[in-house]
Amino acid sequence: MRWYVLSVCWLLSSVSWAIDPEPAFDDPVLEAQYQSLVHEVRCLVCQNETIADSNAQLAADLRREIRRMFAAGATRDEVVEFLVARYGEFVLYRPRLQPATWALWGAPVILLMIGGAVFVRVLRSRFSQSMAEDDTP
Amino acid sequence: MWRFLLPIGILVIIVGFFARGLTLNPGYVPSPLIGKPAPQYELPRLKDLSASVGSESYAGQVALVNVWATWCIECRHEHPFLIELSRSGGVPIYGLNWNDDRDTALAWLDTLGDPYVASAFDPTGEVAIDWGVYAAPETFLIGRDGTVLYKHISPMTPEVWAREFLPRIEAECGELPCSPLPDER
Repeated sequence: MRWYVLSVCWLLSSVSWAIDPEPAFDDPVLEAQYQSLVHEVRCLVCQNETIADSNAQLAADLRREIRRMFAAGATRDEVVEFLVARYGEFVLYRPRLQPATWALWGAPVILLMIGGAVFVRVLRSRFSQSMAEDDTP
Repeated sequence: MWRFLLPIGILVIIVGFFARGLTLNPGYVPSPLIGKPAPQYELPRLKDLSASVGSESYAGQVALVNVWATWCIECRHEHPFLIELSRSGGVPIYGLNWNDDRDTALAWLDTLGDPYVASAFDPTGEVAIDWGVYAAPETFLIGRDGTVLYKHISPMTPEVWAREFLPRIEAECGELPCSPLPDER
């Protein structure tokens, strides 16, 4: 029993200690801006985590740097530009729309259109087939 | 005919993408700094905090900037080769001690030897962020005009040195050791 209590305490504390327990900003607008950005920046040490979720020292350093920039009045675009200039586009979970990512952003639309066209063609041919069958006595 | 060729064609394209994608190393993220001016910085020297070291220290020279830390196991692996390079390589090595404890770092250099002309002390990682550092050890090759010529992530080895660094250094300055650019001032 004591072991359970201890382990629950340990779990609770490790969770609450994990990532910035305090909100970064008193200003709710800044805080929202900060939260939305850190949830979209990849931690390059542990590549499947955002810097908001990661315990890595690099993630903590980047959160501190982003807080500092927002506190100094930087816009979201400026912070994103700062990160991409240092770590490359890969640091963004949501790649920006630019020539190198046109295929990435365009592929779903194009594939959907191809799929739709094939679907319509198949339907039409089945429909005319069944019409032809109905016509035969 | 199309009924067979089309699916096979699509399969070939998909396999092509997989063959490329699955053999890439996901841990390697190319640096956007290559070919661009290296970050300017000035930090306290690890061994003497009252003195400073930074990009000015190697201005006009071909230099290596090696990011290291005592918590970084692979840094220990590459250390003997860095020592060897510092004796024979003909290129000055500048350290960037990243997110580290100063006493531990000093003890490390005492026990293992110090391959660096000087190490910059960056306990909060601010300068490391400017260099886009994410996985020590990282070694940057800086050209005489201050451009980042190459970045190697993971330990420096004789193979990497011979394959990636030497040709670039020779292209930059001919024979080793590199002589610095004549001082224009």
